[in-house]
Amino acid sequence: MTDKNPVADEQSVGQELSIEQRATVGLSQGAIVRRRFLHHRGAVISVFVLLFLVLLAFTSVGTVLGGTGKLTPDPTGTRLIVDGFRIPGWWGATWWERYDIVLPGGAPTFTWWPFSFGEHPFGQDNTGKDVFARVMRGMQQSLNVVFIVGIISTVIGVVLGALAGYYRGWVDQLIMRLTDVIIIVPLLILGAVLGQTIGGDAFLLAVMIGLIAWTGMARLVRAEFLSLREREFVDAARVAGASDFRIIFRHILPNTVGVIVVSATLLMSAVILLETSLSFLGFGITDPDISLGQIISQYNEAFKTRPWLFWWPGLFIVVIALCINFIGDGLRDAFDPRQKRVPRQRGLGSEIGNFFKAYIPGTRPGDGTVNK
Amino acid sequence: MLTFVARRLVATLLVLLVASFIVYVLTANSGDPLRELRGSRDPSAQDQIAYLSGLLNLDQPPVLRYFSWLGGVGACFIGQCDLGISVARGEQPVIEAIGGALGSTLQLVLAATILAIVIGVAIGMTTALRQYSGYDYVVTFLTFVFYSLPIFWVAVLLKEFGAIQFNSFLGNPVIPWWSILVIGIVMGFIASSVVGGELRTRVISFVSVGGGVAALLILLDVTRWFESPSIGYVGIALMSVATGAVVLFTSTGFHNRRALLAVGIVVVLTIALSWPFQFLFYYVNNPWTVVLVLAIMVGLGLLVGFFVGGDGKAVVARTAAIVGGLGVIPLVLDQMFIRWDEYVARIPLSNGVIATIGASTPAIRRVDDTWLNMLDSLTHMLLPTIALMIISLAAYTRYARASLLDVMNQDYVRTARAKGLGERTVVMRHAFRNAMIPIATIIALDFGAVIGGAVITERVFAWQAMGSLFNEGLHRIDVNLVMGFFLVTGILAVIFNVIADLLYSALDPRIRVS
Repeated sequence: MTDKNPVADEQSVGQELSIEQRATVGLSQGAIVRRRFLHHRGAVISVFVLLFLVLLAFTSVGTVLGGTGKLTPDPTGTRLIVDGFRIPGWWGATWWERYDIVLPGGAPTFTWWPFSFGEHPFGQDNTGKDVFARVMRGMQQSLNVVFIVGIISTVIGVVLGALAGYYRGWVDQLIMRLTDVIIIVPLLILGAVLGQTIGGDAFLLAVMIGLIAWTGMARLVRAEFLSLREREFVDAARVAGASDFRIIFRHILPNTVGVIVVSATLLMSAVILLETSLSFLGFGITDPDISLGQIISQYNEAFKTRPWLFWWPGLFIVVIALCINFIGDGLRDAFDPRQKRVPRQRGLGSEIGNFFKAYIPGTRPGDGTVNK
Repeated sequence: MLTFVARRLVATLLVLLVASFIVYVLTANSGDPLRELRGSRDPSAQDQIAYLSGLLNLDQPPVLRYFSWLGGVGACFIGQCDLGISVARGEQPVIEAIGGALGSTLQLVLAATILAIVIGVAIGMTTALRQYSGYDYVVTFLTFVFYSLPIFWVAVLLKEFGAIQFNSFLGNPVIPWWSILVIGIVMGFIASSVVGGELRTRVISFVSVGGGVAALLILLDVTRWFESPSIGYVGIALMSVATGAVVLFTSTGFHNRRALLAVGIVVVLTIALSWPFQFLFYYVNNPWTVVLVLAIMVGLGLLVGFFVGGDGKAVVARTAAIVGGLGVIPLVLDQMFIRWDEYVARIPLSNGVIATIGASTPAIRRVDDTWLNMLDSLTHMLLPTIALMIISLAAYTRYARASLLDVMNQDYVRTARAKGLGERTVVMRHAFRNAMIPIATIIALDFGAVIGGAVITERVFAWQAMGSLFNEGLHRIDVNLVMGFFLVTGILAVIFNVIADLLYSALDPRIRVS
């Protein structure tokens, strides 16, 4: 049944250090966490994939700082320019201009053999816009929203959770009832109402979602604070004359950093799905601005004739969410104090290897492993 | 226990009240409902604006309007509901709009939630019991993928890809040899991983399950079953024997002779009674017949268990009653599939058998035949339910796995093993119940995600249900319509919370005592 292997426990009997302790002896907390994270192959690969996507999205078509994203004809009247400070990228096309249709129907010019990207590797839409440029710009906006929401929600959630958990009493009651009120409204519904209010701007939408997405974080941090505030080191700090502010932020908060980091990561993977869903419904980022969900919504009806308008934005949403989820899983493994020796590298490649190994007698993955 | 549930209920209702105020004010401030009219050059626009302002009390601040709306809701307690009128829907009263929309959404949400719980918990538990097996790794990876899927993307894919592929398959139902091979190998792999044990056992379970599934598919293919699917006596017999075996395996095991006998009697009764029940279903053409038959079958199960049970009356009766209750499913399915040809004849030619638009076929709605309508709902609900289920499924699988792993390492499980209990008893009696306690909490938490998912799914499949009320209401700043949607989902959330609390107190004796 469950692989309960007593070997490790027996070995530690009568010895000063268990295997797990010996593996980490002389290492700082940060070094242990870093080592464990690097051992999670899926998470490490995900970090690189995510970094690659961020670089690709921002350098390829360049970006726009500030501004509303509105399009105005330039003085000569020959082309449109986008509102805001424009930083150009290395990709020739922009996400708002129309181009001559290269292949019939605007089909993708990408080919495997001979390998070539062509002018419009992801194809063109019915007005001749370059889908690659649109998807890259959409990815920029979606990533922006994810990071802004991540920062705002984490700050609000941590501060409110810390106050509720540390002071208890009426402060706790007040903050937790506020949390209950926000949690009972489905996040998508509240986000849609707020998105409709601000009317399609990516930055404002991110701030609004940040203001409502902190509830899970607040609950987790509060629970951590409730247990940590009873520990001796907090008493010691208080006896030494530390102020409440100092105890909360210098003594207790560093002990909750694992919970915060993991929960913030998982929050961010939920946010990209939330933002794209809102944009799909028309309550998130709206035209002339672009988001991955908005692209799918815009081309929804064209699936039968132009499936490439639909595949790429969806694929990028899935890949980003998957990467963030894997990183979150790796961080959880790294910060979990109950975590003992990981039986094998739990990465993608070895998962597929284990898949086949399960059928060779004597090499069942799991033999010779230790449960947490 | 009752005080616990009652206290939680009151707290949730108060929270809902405050939340409704916030949503009302936010929605009222989210835009100008008269924007289109203000821009209009139509000479009657001014009159229209004045008329609508008077109708919706737009000259009052939203806070005051909220309290008059709340008064209308409060009147429900004396039987005079007034949720306002919907301007977006031609001044239709909101309560009417809800009445027409609630049924399909409720079906969708309940079906997706129940399926996600049952399948998710089953998968999560088997992966926990076979931790670090190939099956475990594959499932863990797949839950990550499912967790990262945007529901609107999955729904559009299912609609444009799944439905069309499946409909063209039904047009010419030939299963290619390679898909039989793949399905057989996958099923065999799952079975051998779940059964586990020595190499010999694994090979036997792989060959028997994989081969069995492949043989069944070949049989269905050769007899051209998919051209006109039906259940018939053979189907009822197969399905009830299979349910009986699964329930028996998880509840008492085959070695309990009395339980085996009781379940055997109930299965035989199900098959025997399917003939008289056909007449009942035909002449009492009403959804409540299902409830009646369910009561009869459960009652028969209890009775058989009581007389056959011997020393373990309670356990045997419970097992037999579950088998009897589940036996209703093949009976109802049989009734539905008897009308397959009639259904195919009545749907529009352009539609495939698996519908992708709307929650029902209007032409069939008009026919007064419960079972035909059920079949119609089934084909319409199939894809939206799958889309909605996939996301929750991943969450339930992960939580069930983590929770059972936690429990299996507890001291009381070791104690249960140490006193010599069988593995089934340890897992199902000692570990499973305790592992379900966190799952009961997830049911209430997951509800918000399901409602949000339903709004998106209904939009993709063009359902005229609660989701479209919300979409339409918010796009046109029709506060009454949005609040109607919010009221219904809020009440549903309260119900889900109460169910979770009841489950919680049923599972956890510490709550029952205090």
